Amino acid sequence: MSIPIAYNFRNLAVRKATTIMTALGISLTVAVLLAVLALLHGLETSLKSTGDPLHVLVLRKGANSELVSNFTRTGFQVLKTKAGIARDEAGNPLVSLEMVTVINLVSVDAPDGINVTVRGLEPVGIKMRKNLKLVAGRWFTPGRREVVVGQALVKRFPDVKMGKQLHFGTGDWDIVGVMASGQSAINSEIWADLNQLSSDQHRTEVLSSALVQATDAVAAQALVNRISQDQQLNMDAELETAYYEAQQSSGALIKGLGWFVAIVMAVGSCFAAMNTMYAAVARRSKEIGTLRVLGFSRLSILASFFTESVLLALLGGLIGCLLVLPLHGMTTGVGNFRTFSETDFNLTLTPRILMGGMVFAIIMGALGGLFPAWNAARKEILVALREG
Amino acid sequence: MSETVIETRRLSKEYIRDEFHITALQDVDLEVKRGEFVALMGPSGSGKSTLLHLIAAMDVPTSGEIKVLGQDLRKLSDRAIARWRNENVGFVFQSFNLIPVLTALENVELPLKLTPLKKQERIDHAVTALKLVGLGDRLGHYPRQLSGGQEQRVAIARAIVTDPALILADEPTGNLDAASAEDILHLLARLNQEFGKTVVMVTHDPHAARFASVVHHLEKGRLLPMNGNP
Repeated sequence: MSIPIAYNFRNLAVRKATTIMTALGISLTVAVLLAVLALLHGLETSLKSTGDPLHVLVLRKGANSELVSNFTRTGFQVLKTKAGIARDEAGNPLVSLEMVTVINLVSVDAPDGINVTVRGLEPVGIKMRKNLKLVAGRWFTPGRREVVVGQALVKRFPDVKMGKQLHFGTGDWDIVGVMASGQSAINSEIWADLNQLSSDQHRTEVLSSALVQATDAVAAQALVNRISQDQQLNMDAELETAYYEAQQSSGALIKGLGWFVAIVMAVGSCFAAMNTMYAAVARRSKEIGTLRVLGFSRLSILASFFTESVLLALLGGLIGCLLVLPLHGMTTGVGNFRTFSETDFNLTLTPRILMGGMVFAIIMGALGGLFPAWNAARKEILVALREG
Repeated sequence: MSETVIETRRLSKEYIRDEFHITALQDVDLEVKRGEFVALMGPSGSGKSTLLHLIAAMDVPTSGEIKVLGQDLRKLSDRAIARWRNENVGFVFQSFNLIPVLTALENVELPLKLTPLKKQERIDHAVTALKLVGLGDRLGHYPRQLSGGQEQRVAIARAIVTDPALILADEPTGNLDAASAEDILHLLARLNQEFGKTVVMVTHDPHAARFASVVHHLEKGRLLPMNGNP
């Protein structure tokens, strides 16, 4: 049997100020880490849910993003004839020729403007995005300077609202609708009619990409291979899911920086916990001696002080979780190094992430508590009794 | 002939402090029989507390032999000593040494945590011990809510709760007023006479020593012959 845990709880309660200060230190570290993880999870969810496993994205050979890809109408006509492409009720192949460009929009938190993706496409492209919904207004009319904007943009950009106009290219574009597609990156895009956008940008023949819908998952992979290996086409194909997943690299910097800051803070918090526990060991030296006289082993003493440090860290972890909870669902954006535009997404705190934060706190408590607990356990009885 | 509970032969303890050798105890031959109430007397630095600490296996001798309750303490591991102490020795400190964040009941229950007793049994034993020392109505009190005399009585309850054969007390009345000291001495005498506990008490108070059945004197680390002359 070990020293009762009530002993640890009450000692933490008795030294309220020290306990709270140390726990707050730990909680801030946990909060920083959780915020970064929530950010990354939101970005990951957004990019992962953008792709459809049946969709194949086709770019010009060598292009790693739609933005830098030059895709000709001639090539598109050849592409349409490939086997394995799904067809709609009318028998038309589900292939969407698209053009992607970037415009600069002023945002609430970036007065100098942020790059936003504008996508030109035909009605078939809209039909192919199964999760896409119009949440307000209507779709753009082909041949007119009209745009439908992603829901995330409406939240973050003061100028992006139904009934307002956007100025880009050679004219003004009416915002006629707002679209949403789960957590996907489409929520951060502006969509317009392909022909209208391409003529406006003087790119009627050279567009960006084609989105192809395969009949099934096996056909999708086969299409990827067939298109990429076709020397005449000079195109690269990739599953749409893989394309967006690869864009998660834009989160790598945040991830690296986030972990760096969290670890630096964690080292500080470890020392804070260590300091608190060393003080506790020093203050309770006589109690340690007494417990040993009563028959508790060195191991029991070690376990007791170690437990106390972990409890302290758990309290910090809990406060940290509470501190970041208000961030859950908050919309933010991150620059995407592949598309040179911003992807908006929601910070997402999952139970798994919160659990991760608690584990992180426990590790801090354990590391911080180990040496003081060891120190307590090593004390000779008479020395401990005398020090008290 | 009654059983020997404590037996030391040429027991010595030396300390090295700042390169100086200090002899705390030298060649002490002591025998304590079961059921005795022994007082160890002597001035400060005479080695009486050192002897008590050696008997409680809280310290190790430099040389000599020591057997307590038939056990050669030098042969036990650290862990075995802890267990042995829990089962066989109840220790009473001068400054009570109660755990401030635990109630009287919890303090007394503490040594029972190391026994196989169930929670309710532990509580029952602790309540019995506290009633025995006259504190049946102070179970939920924290040490700071008790007087010095009451604190020492809780400490005695803690010392006897595991029903040890041996009670060791280091100046148990040193921090108490005369009336409380008298109560504590009566309590120790009662534990000795009524419950047959062997008690070894360190004291420098001749009045306290009068409660003992055997009085040993120490001086400069040596045990003086029983007649009190060097």
